[in-house]
Amino acid sequence: MEQTRDSIKDIWGERTPYEGHWPVRVDELTEEAPDRWVQSACVLCSNGCGMDIGVKDGRIVGVRGRAVDAVNHGRLGPKGLQGWMANNSPDRLTRPLIRRNGKLEEASWDEAMDLIVRRSNDIISKKTSLGIGFYTSGQLFLEEYYTLAVLGKAGLGTPHMDGNTRLCTDTAAAALKVSFGSDGQPGSYTDLDTTEAILHVGHNIASQQTVLWTRILDRLAGENPPKLVVIDPRETFTAMKATVHLVPRVGTNVPIMNGLLNLIIQAGHINPDYIDAHTVGFEELKQLVSQWSPERVEAISGVPATKLREAARILGTAKTLVSTILQGVYQSMQATAAAVQVNNLHLIRGLIGHTGSGIYQMNGQPTAQNTRECGADGDLPGFRNWGNPEHIEQLARLWNVDSNIIPHWSPPTHAMQIWRYAEKGSINLLWISGTNPAVSLPQLERVRSILQQENLFVVVQDAFMTETAQYADVVLPAAIWGEKTGTFTNVDRTVHISHKAVDPPGEAKPDFEIFLDYARRMDFRDKDGAPLIKWKTPEECFEAWKECTRGRPCDYTGMSYAKLSEGSGIQWPCNEQYPDGKPHLYEDGVFNTSIDYCETYGHDLVTGAAATKEEYKAKDPKGKAFLKGADYEPPHEEPDEEFPLWLTTGRLVYHFHTRTKTGRSRQLNEAAPDAFVQVSDEDAARYGLKTGDLVEVASRRGKVVEPVLVGDIEPGLVFIPFHYGYWDDPGRKRAANELTLTEWDAVSKQPHYKYAAVRIRKI
Amino acid sequence: MHIGNYIALAHHSEQELTKAFRQVAEHHKDEPDIEQICQLLATWSEKHVNELKTFIERYSEENSNEPERLTQSLFEEPRSGGGALLRDLHDLWLMANEAELCWIVLSQAAQGLHDKKLEAACARFRDDTKRQLAFLLTRIKVAAPQTLIAAD
Repeated sequence: MEQTRDSIKDIWGERTPYEGHWPVRVDELTEEAPDRWVQSACVLCSNGCGMDIGVKDGRIVGVRGRAVDAVNHGRLGPKGLQGWMANNSPDRLTRPLIRRNGKLEEASWDEAMDLIVRRSNDIISKKTSLGIGFYTSGQLFLEEYYTLAVLGKAGLGTPHMDGNTRLCTDTAAAALKVSFGSDGQPGSYTDLDTTEAILHVGHNIASQQTVLWTRILDRLAGENPPKLVVIDPRETFTAMKATVHLVPRVGTNVPIMNGLLNLIIQAGHINPDYIDAHTVGFEELKQLVSQWSPERVEAISGVPATKLREAARILGTAKTLVSTILQGVYQSMQATAAAVQVNNLHLIRGLIGHTGSGIYQMNGQPTAQNTRECGADGDLPGFRNWGNPEHIEQLARLWNVDSNIIPHWSPPTHAMQIWRYAEKGSINLLWISGTNPAVSLPQLERVRSILQQENLFVVVQDAFMTETAQYADVVLPAAIWGEKTGTFTNVDRTVHISHKAVDPPGEAKPDFEIFLDYARRMDFRDKDGAPLIKWKTPEECFEAWKECTRGRPCDYTGMSYAKLSEGSGIQWPCNEQYPDGKPHLYEDGVFNTSIDYCETYGHDLVTGAAATKEEYKAKDPKGKAFLKGADYEPPHEEPDEEFPLWLTTGRLVYHFHTRTKTGRSRQLNEAAPDAFVQVSDEDAARYGLKTGDLVEVASRRGKVVEPVLVGDIEPGLVFIPFHYGYWDDPGRKRAANELTLTEWDAVSKQPHYKYAAVRIRKI
Repeated sequence: MHIGNYIALAHHSEQELTKAFRQVAEHHKDEPDIEQICQLLATWSEKHVNELKTFIERYSEENSNEPERLTQSLFEEPRSGGGALLRDLHDLWLMANEAELCWIVLSQAAQGLHDKKLEAACARFRDDTKRQLAFLLTRIKVAAPQTLIAAD
């Protein structure tokens, strides 16, 4: 094996200190010398690093970072450098499987697809397509999501379609919609090159997006390093580099953020001209946060008032600021309300829409942005508003269908509700693509029992026999990254193309072709009797998608496969006005909130109630941003005598999602082979534990057995990584989600993985 | 003066609404959003009940049997089966409307009496009730097609 650096030992690699322009460093790892390199981008986190795939004799043999790419300047992280090995794994699915007499047996594509079509039609004849649901991913390509969205919304007409993006990024989308009127990240990664200060809230960026963190490490090593504020209950790699690290109790993000805003407003560190010209709701916000003195914040969150003041001074005085927010906020109480407070911080200081200032309501997965844009989750394609009849008409014209078939009578069904309908027996066909809910959803005992229900027909489309696929009635073998062509969009709106480098194994097919095949066999037609879906290739689909985005915030009309194949990825909006893409949204302080353009009419941040068009009209902000907030509510489950500890869950640097790919790379697997439970020194002493001891961790919903890891966590809190399931080790219960809660944020509907009450017992 | 009569009506409406939200939360524990939000909304109504006490003292509450009659016909016994949640939300919505109307009526009287405190309280209570109604309506709209078309 040849490699430019050992990314397992040294996760982020050598420093290239800078301020202004980030130097290039090309990372490369190959098993053999490639015959040719094929342009692509990494799909093992949401950063979207440009990379080339090395191919020899029709096989992937390595990868290298693309020096020209704006996102990574040649760098790759440990997952990017080694995750591709999963493509060559001997246990790939190569033929469709059908359950016969309780056992999954090999079948032809015709048999498998015919069976799915027969089941679909049978259900539709009994109860319309309200009996059919789709649960997809944040890991397919744009063209696949758009095809799925069109067949679901204009072919079947079912509102039951969501992605596992509900588990990782729906609060990002919700928070952006609440403040700015539509999804879409306002800034650019280039803001990190010059910014004076950085705020990470509930985001362990050092482990989650190693290359983006490398950019920050290089700034910290250079001239005029930015000040770093980190809010996280654990002493993470990220927290270790902080100028100020706030360590809140679980579930207290809203008090912390309200307290910070209060201090900044009190100190007069606001931009009154910007607030007047470009926002609505400042007086209400000021009133709300004024109740949060540092002392009151300290009493509830445990963060010392002096520390909060220190953080507020940095956040209130920096002339430029980049903020990032992730699961510590999104998967906890009051997710949307807390995430929105970070938007508010930028708005009241006027730190948005210019170089050096940006907000990243982060995504967890590589293509989650496309799940949202294309409408493969609970959104409509092109950030359209389900409550706006004109937006529905636009889609109906585009697809040449009657607008009645497009389900828009209420919000599209969110994932947790789809599973609930399946549990209650009103959804009878659940089609799961590119995700592994039997490890990643909360309360796994419940998920397994739903998957085994007699009245539920389960289709699983995946590259491997996952924990979920084992419960399927039909398994469809899917091609993955490297084996198909398509595009995807990262967190800073950069769109990359990933070209097909090798053939998929056996009879495995791209998800794109599987969805097209289903649409053809279901004989979905448009108003004139022509086939509903008119594209046959990913490129034709991309051209159709461009039309869907014309005039919308995520405008792709200036892009093409040829242009995306020229060098770096390109940011949307990319159109006639911005042929090379646009680094910042909202430069002019005009937001996407006008009544005809906005993606949503808004929600009550506490109850999740949807506002109507009439209500919105009464306060039409006409392009101003919303300053909204909510008061504190304690978590629904708190430690007590029976379950005295808080559990929080999260990720490790070497793994992605449920290890379906990263667990099949030898180096990544050996770097982090097993789950564990992290406990503080104090709790270790209390329970008589040392690193390596086996303990049982139990909640009201289930039990796991884990080896102990002592240190770097607050007393009273324990941590278990969520990646580990059972495909490679069925021996003991170890998936963190055996313990987690089935409940979710009122607005974003994102489940609460970050807290549950547990007890531990040495065994 | 009959304002006491109406304060009694409002008071009882909110008492019944508090009880009903808790009952629905309890009955539908398997729907986590219903359980949690209805518990929360119950505390809002309960707060109204408590804050009304000053005005009851001021205008001396007159008893009336009307609100009990309304609730009894709505929540005679717990519902089960496919349509139970929708029907329970439906009834909660009707009861919350009763409360909202009380705030409108009382607010009119408060203006006539130049009772700024009562007027402000009615406005605040009505805002909360409207948010309760908005939640119920959103959730009813979501549940309706699935319940009426696809449920077993």
